[in-house]
Amino acid sequence: MSDETKGLTRRRALECGLWAGAGVLWTVSGGVPRSALLGTAEAAEMGADLTFVQISDSHIGFNKPANPDATATFKSLLDRIAAMNPRPAFMLHTGDVSHLSRASEWDTARSLIEATGIETHFIPGEHDMLVDNGEPFFASFAPQGAKPGGWYSFDQKGVHFVALVNVAQLKPGGEGSLGAAQLAWIENDLKGRSASQPIVVTIHMPLWQVYPQWGWGTEDGAQALTLLKRFGSVTVLNGHIHQLLQKVEGNVAFHTGMSTAFPQPTPGTAPSPGPMKVEPGRLRELLGVSTVSHVAGKKRLAIIDRPLGA
Amino acid sequence: MRRLKFLLLVAAMLLTPLIARAADQTVTIDNFVFTPNRVTVAAGTRVIFINRDDIPHTVVGIGAGNFKSPPLDTDDKFSVTFDRTGTYKYFCSLHPMMTGTIVVR
Repeated sequence: MSDETKGLTRRRALECGLWAGAGVLWTVSGGVPRSALLGTAEAAEMGADLTFVQISDSHIGFNKPANPDATATFKSLLDRIAAMNPRPAFMLHTGDVSHLSRASEWDTARSLIEATGIETHFIPGEHDMLVDNGEPFFASFAPQGAKPGGWYSFDQKGVHFVALVNVAQLKPGGEGSLGAAQLAWIENDLKGRSASQPIVVTIHMPLWQVYPQWGWGTEDGAQALTLLKRFGSVTVLNGHIHQLLQKVEGNVAFHTGMSTAFPQPTPGTAPSPGPMKVEPGRLRELLGVSTVSHVAGKKRLAIIDRPLGA
Repeated sequence: MRRLKFLLLVAAMLLTPLIARAADQTVTIDNFVFTPNRVTVAAGTRVIFINRDDIPHTVVGIGAGNFKSPPLDTDDKFSVTFDRTGTYKYFCSLHPMMTGTIVVR
């Protein structure tokens, strides 16, 4: 990548307000996202009923120049999460736990996560589905009661969490997909719920069309969004693209978390996606986790993206 | 006539190894693209796929192809010998927008 391209990437990111050299608090209200630097009065205002953390794309096993030790950066971030006060209620891992679907990679991830003592809910990324259609991943990481395809839902402090799988049996030329069986399950899962109940969807590939040229989207995502339309507060947390990205459409806030392993280029600024090598000092600015808080009675969920280097 | 038969025999002997074993064809994966993206080879050609990206890819035949590589990490290779004529399309099951074609003549 040329220096010029790199400069453009950074400038574009700054323009979009997504660059996070320090922790940034995101609040979304009435369709307008606002941000505030961590440590400000606004950021301190968050007396929350439920706080949880999104971790993503740990790619345990990755050891290429973009990050020769993805296990070390994952552990650094988990150490921080374990030290958080107040302690998060749980963690959501939005996929690509492993790099090559190897049992040793999953074991490493699991033991590091268990060391935090924080309950964690998982969904797979395509890197977790490389062997036997993901069966080894589901056997180890899907909760009891998950459907055969690995999707499930649960409730926590009045918030309904829907964990979806859009990385199974990807079709040539396509993007992520949910499939008819999962869409039917979502419809049934949401049936009868009050429209005022906050919904959090957790999924690996973006549910909306981020950049189809790189396959960054879900081909039948619009059908899922139609099912979510009647709810007043919907937050979609995904991984896969290894960079912060936020979009609000109606009552739905889309948020893409950082990877804990390596960054990827901003869409269109490189010939292809893939691990992006940055100067060693900058890597930790581009890896991180997101903290999400819900205040009962408030429509918005507040999201703080915390880079490792902050 | 005798001389012609001899020449034909020599020609056949020379050609036999070529027919039995065409030269290998290499397809590399660079920046999420199979390169060359479409190749035409003789029947019997072995096509060797090499992943040169820092991210794993797979090579999976679509329909008639029916071949499937294990996950290929950086610099891993996978080869398929195409004995029958036809058009073989394939893709990467991790990054399904990556597709390619082998035409066997």
